[in-house]
Amino acid sequence: MKYAYYPGCSAESTARDLYRSTVAVAPALGIAFAEPEAWSCCGTTMAHQVDHDLSLSLAAANLLKVKDMGLDMVVSCASCYSRMKIANHEISTNPLKRKIVSAALGRDYDGAVKVRHFVEIVIEDIGLPAFKKALTHSLGGLKVASYYGCLMVRPPEIAGFDDPENPVYMDKLITAMGGVALDWPHKVECCGGSLTLTRSDLVVRLSESVLAMARDSGAECLAVACPMCQINLDMRQDDIFRTLGRRYNMPIIYISQLMGLCLGMSEEALGLDKLIVSPKEAMNHVRSSVRS
Amino acid sequence: MPIKIKRAAAGRGIIDQVKEISGIDINGCLQCRKCTNGCPVSGFTTPSPSEIIKRLQLGAGEELLDSEIIWICASCATCFSRCPMEINMAEVMDALRVLAEAKNAARPRGNMPLMNRLLLGTIRTFGRTYDLGALALYKAGTASYGKDLDKLPSILKKGKIALLPPRGADRKMVKRIFNNLEETRKKSK
Repeated sequence: MKYAYYPGCSAESTARDLYRSTVAVAPALGIAFAEPEAWSCCGTTMAHQVDHDLSLSLAAANLLKVKDMGLDMVVSCASCYSRMKIANHEISTNPLKRKIVSAALGRDYDGAVKVRHFVEIVIEDIGLPAFKKALTHSLGGLKVASYYGCLMVRPPEIAGFDDPENPVYMDKLITAMGGVALDWPHKVECCGGSLTLTRSDLVVRLSESVLAMARDSGAECLAVACPMCQINLDMRQDDIFRTLGRRYNMPIIYISQLMGLCLGMSEEALGLDKLIVSPKEAMNHVRSSVRS
Repeated sequence: MPIKIKRAAAGRGIIDQVKEISGIDINGCLQCRKCTNGCPVSGFTTPSPSEIIKRLQLGAGEELLDSEIIWICASCATCFSRCPMEINMAEVMDALRVLAEAKNAARPRGNMPLMNRLLLGTIRTFGRTYDLGALALYKAGTASYGKDLDKLPSILKKGKIALLPPRGADRKMVKRIFNNLEETRKKSK
């Protein structure tokens, strides 16, 4: 199955681990990726906070490239995913916005390119039976709290991802990989998102409440699919200890990295060395599941 | 709790401007407070999202634009997702940000507007975001070099942030977008 894969800016900087693991895992599952040529930023948080037309246009520039490729767009960053979906929604339902965006781009765009998250195509297109068949290793009972955050699931009318209050797509993958997908209540709470550098005091408070609930639910690690969630929950554990005196030492691992481990891929190929809280203990659960 | 507001000099306050920018009609609000109860940051500041709506309805003026919540709203959209009247409060917040910037409202703690401007500047220049470049300028602009400096060695060592500016984006297209939108805006003024 072939898709246009939009990496997004974080793929080259703060989320090289997400990028690396996604492109490593895809071919092993029979997924072929083509990158849109000279893709540009989706606009992310700052564009929509400053100018909505700019936000829609920056996203649409990439959607237009994918339209020319005649493929669905696959995204692994939750923020890009959200901005692409919102742009499509606005452009396809509001003729005035379509006019503004088309004028900005110098070309008409109708908002019709299908945008999918990597987790969605694994569940919906590859399917769990085929996914399971491809696996060579198991998570060996590792207890995982799947954390979806905000941007994959909200607003539900636009994101259309799974269930907005209790999503289970990542949980299904965890179970298929031989892990224990924990039923816990903070799957879609906010980690503080883009306040990461401007108001880290709030990020510390919000991320701590997610980590506390995960630990109290028995988690040995969190599975994430958003670069912003990953960096907040991972990098701020140090500040949480310093300001609140609570030590978590909770690995925050991308779902694509967990998938890679169960496909027998190396730590380096999956960028696991880039995580700040060491995932070593969690990785010790992984064992070969190939039957002779 | 009773809400006291100063009626704006213009009479209706800024509610019409909010609608003009966001396209969102907030008059259907039932004050059920699902937005406020689900809001991750409403516990840290006032007014809450539902109170913002009430104040707008009652004719609040530009003083509302000094509210901290405008800049600590994390755009998580829990408010909109749970609103029984389908009011997109997340986009109302975006409209308030635009107005706050246009009216030169008080600089919020953490100076999010500066961060936004710097990051957008890197997109305009490189076609993609250049976090480290924007971050350095932000630190200079807010004189907060010390903050988070302890993180830098481990982040650089792990290659968790790109040192060099991004390359390979369709810069021409991105520049065209910025320029065309500016042009259109100038003409409509």
